[in-house]
Amino acid sequence: MGMFDPIKGFGVTFSTMFKKTVTEQYPEDFRATAPRYHGRHQLNRHPDGLEKCVGCELCAWACPADAIFVEGGDNTEDERYSPGERYGKDYQINYLRCIGCGLCIEACPTRSLTMVNFYELADDDRQRLIYTKEDLLAPLLPGMEQPPHPMRLGDNEQDYYTKGPQLAREALPASGQSGQSKEAGQ
Amino acid sequence: MTLAADRNHEGELEVPEGYVKLTIDGLEVVAPQGELIIRTAERLGIQVPRFCDHPLLDPAGACRQCLVEVEMGGRPMPKPQASCTVPVADGMVVKTQHTSPVADKAQQGVMELLLINHPLDCPICDKGGECPLQNQAMSNGRAESRFVDTKRTFPKPLPISSQVLLDRERCVLCQRCTRFSNEIAGDPFIELLERGAGQQIGTSATAAIADEAESAANTIEGKPFQSYFSGNTIQICPVGALTSAAYRFRSRPFDLVSTPSICEGCSSGCAERVDTRRGKIMRKLASNDPEVNEEWICDKGRFSFPYVAAADRVLRPQVRNAETGKLEDASWTEALRVAAEGLTAARERGVGVLASGRSTLEDAYAYSKFARIALRTNDIDFRARAHSAEELDFLTAKVLGTNPETGVSFASIEQAPAVLCVALEPEDESPIVFLRLRKAARKSGTKVFHLASWTSPAVTKTFGTLLPAVPGEEPKELDHLDSAVRDQLSAPGAVLLVGERAAEVPGLYSAVARLAESTGAKLAWIPRRAGERGALEAGALPTLLPGGRAVADAAARTELETAWGLEAGALPTEQGKDTADILRAAADGELGGLLVGGVDPDDLPDPALARTALRSAGFVVSLEVRHSAVTELADVVLPVAAAPEKDGSFVNWEGRHRPFEIALHRSDGATLPDCRVLDTLAIEMDADLFTQTPKAATEDLLRIGYAGTAVAAAPNAQPSEQPTRSKPNQAVLATWRELLDGGSLQADEPALAGTARTRCVRMSANTATEAGLRKGELAVLSAAVDGGGEVRLPVEIADLPDGVVWAPGGGEFGKIRRDLGVGHGSLVVLRGGGSQA
Repeated sequence: MGMFDPIKGFGVTFSTMFKKTVTEQYPEDFRATAPRYHGRHQLNRHPDGLEKCVGCELCAWACPADAIFVEGGDNTEDERYSPGERYGKDYQINYLRCIGCGLCIEACPTRSLTMVNFYELADDDRQRLIYTKEDLLAPLLPGMEQPPHPMRLGDNEQDYYTKGPQLAREALPASGQSGQSKEAGQ
Repeated sequence: MTLAADRNHEGELEVPEGYVKLTIDGLEVVAPQGELIIRTAERLGIQVPRFCDHPLLDPAGACRQCLVEVEMGGRPMPKPQASCTVPVADGMVVKTQHTSPVADKAQQGVMELLLINHPLDCPICDKGGECPLQNQAMSNGRAESRFVDTKRTFPKPLPISSQVLLDRERCVLCQRCTRFSNEIAGDPFIELLERGAGQQIGTSATAAIADEAESAANTIEGKPFQSYFSGNTIQICPVGALTSAAYRFRSRPFDLVSTPSICEGCSSGCAERVDTRRGKIMRKLASNDPEVNEEWICDKGRFSFPYVAAADRVLRPQVRNAETGKLEDASWTEALRVAAEGLTAARERGVGVLASGRSTLEDAYAYSKFARIALRTNDIDFRARAHSAEELDFLTAKVLGTNPETGVSFASIEQAPAVLCVALEPEDESPIVFLRLRKAARKSGTKVFHLASWTSPAVTKTFGTLLPAVPGEEPKELDHLDSAVRDQLSAPGAVLLVGERAAEVPGLYSAVARLAESTGAKLAWIPRRAGERGALEAGALPTLLPGGRAVADAAARTELETAWGLEAGALPTEQGKDTADILRAAADGELGGLLVGGVDPDDLPDPALARTALRSAGFVVSLEVRHSAVTELADVVLPVAAAPEKDGSFVNWEGRHRPFEIALHRSDGATLPDCRVLDTLAIEMDADLFTQTPKAATEDLLRIGYAGTAVAAAPNAQPSEQPTRSKPNQAVLATWRELLDGGSLQADEPALAGTARTRCVRMSANTATEAGLRKGELAVLSAAVDGGGEVRLPVEIADLPDGVVWAPGGGEFGKIRRDLGVGHGSLVVLRGGGSQA
């Protein structure tokens, strides 16, 4: 132990005082995450408001943490939630279990399930951390209609899948500024 | 046939007679002559992809997926062969896709062709995750498709019955479903239609549906796929072309917890798999049990499980409030105390026990022991249906203690030269017996005779011969059988099957026993309910104690007293009353109480008397799964578990022990099996049953052992005088309960109920003319004696003897027993109802 060692230690303190701080003043100072940050899930909609989820359970199958529960339902002519035969009747993600790996997103065959950047997933009640379909569904944008309603953009689900992206661009030319920006960034 | 065939001292495979030696993928193997290459390969552990091949169906070679290279006598066959249709031959050299690039390429080519028109809708398909096409496309297909054009499409899904949905886009035309319906079930309602690219599976109703608009109507017109076995086509479909309406989009294979189980639907005791998800049964599938149900189950067994989750389940013990007269929820402690006090008080005057024909062996044993020890009576009977003292003698003499080795088994039906069904409609009362009869007739040339009143579908489908009999005159017909029939039944291995309806015809059981004696034919009793045979072995009868011991036998009683640890003379010595006598005594106020375990009064011979008895009995304790007519009148109601919620065992009609485990774990009040409830109740009454769990009950039952000392002479009753038709509009009623009749196990399953047969009353053309009725008109049936209700059913003309009408038996829709109070062989009054059906 040398004579100047205590002063050397203060040297570190002094030099750090003049550097840029890395401490974030969360939650007062809220900073955006990286655009591809794996935050909360979102169940997207077709441009007319019908749900993209078909209740296939591939997300639940892919989930390594068994955090997702899905039960399919049968669309009828009178009560239609998604194009085609099947929709997700019950959809739950347990954020106590979710590890944010994103395998569910890769598994989704209809690009229904994506992740937004929202990360404030903490609570003092376990029950509230099981997000249900109502919590996860994307908000209705202008031009969208709350399901159940008939298919507006085509005669069958094929029309939705083939023409859907194009229709979405036409219907929402300025989507970059809207609340969809997080999703669009995925 | 074992894999490791014997080798001689030179190390060569020895080929026994009737076997051949061949090489598959370089491995030498000995196979029985006539075996198909695909099965020999399978035994070697070589998996050849296939869709149409099914071990229980005739070979078809329809899908071409199982192509392999075959070489005979050093000369390769010019093209790859379908291994599911080519039998093995001596010196054959087979190369599968594992060793032959030719076979591999051929299989990949076939797979590519099959997938050309297969839609990419695996995510929404119910088969996804357990789909042979999905799996084999991964293992034996190419990753890339070269097909870029539009796929062929059909409107979908198309209901071909209320429980089967058809998706023609997904179909690979393997014809498993049509072959099953044709060969196994004998209900060819589903067929290949059209040719070439338009080829499709369909029924007569779907053939006409060509465009979207027509299918949107989604009606089941014409002849729907109406079969008691249609659920099997869903299970064997190798793609998602046939799916279940009830299971539609409910879960994926990885969600399901599967438990092997035994069906509680009938006395065959079929092996099933129960799939549950989050505390609910999602579906039931047939398991493979070659000795019993092979790989098939009936639709009742497959679809009738929603009753377990019915809204009217009894979930809490209930005690009737003495002041308000209403049932009120109570704690177990409270309810058991009230029940024990009530039964103890009632014991002085006597308590009758009506056990259920649906109980497991363990539960029936608990009822039997509870009656003897806690209630000190022999007044116990499991026969919640028409019954007779003659039946009791018959069961003791001919049925008690038989097992598949000593008595009749499914295998012995299959090998029998001739089978006679007496008072048994196999398709309705025991569907798997029916399938085996049909198989026997198709494959082994078994002659099937039916002693019945008309040529029912089962007679036709078993290629059977009808021995026509007027209800009530069956004993006479049996005693004077045609000598040709008698000769066939005298052949070694011939089998007599008798159903529970025989109890309604005095003298019939005696005649059956006589016929068995004189012909030497083997005899089997086939009850309808799953628990009847077990209850017989458990001694839930007024004359029998558990383990084949007679009440009247002092030595047997002493033996049982020692085994049960009772003091000498503790067991009641008097023979008990049967169901009818118990009810009569209770109605007359002679009994102090009744203990009822899962009995529906409408099943009993006299429903009105049963209701009076429940009202007049001083104290009624009911152990029930769901609220019923009995719980309405009971003083204490104790909830018990349904069959999938408990473990235990059934004894099927062969006498085969069929144990099963808990398939559905409940978390609410109805989790205890009857034997546990009775055990606790007995403790409250200072008696020990040692049946805390079904396992303990089994142990206790094993400990007392099977004595088989109860002997009874085969009944030799003479047929009673038949009621004669005094007026022209009177007719003799022939009846049995149909398989799908809205019975209590079939509750809450509309898709299943939709495939029930059309209710009608059948009669000969002469009888109809006499009553002024025509086909399709409504006929009104009423009881010939003392009023009662009426039943209205449309008229069908069939080949019944004149003066005989047939109507469906019980259940929600039949109502014959409940509304008319009559049964098989009774007189009914027939008149026109006027309006068109």
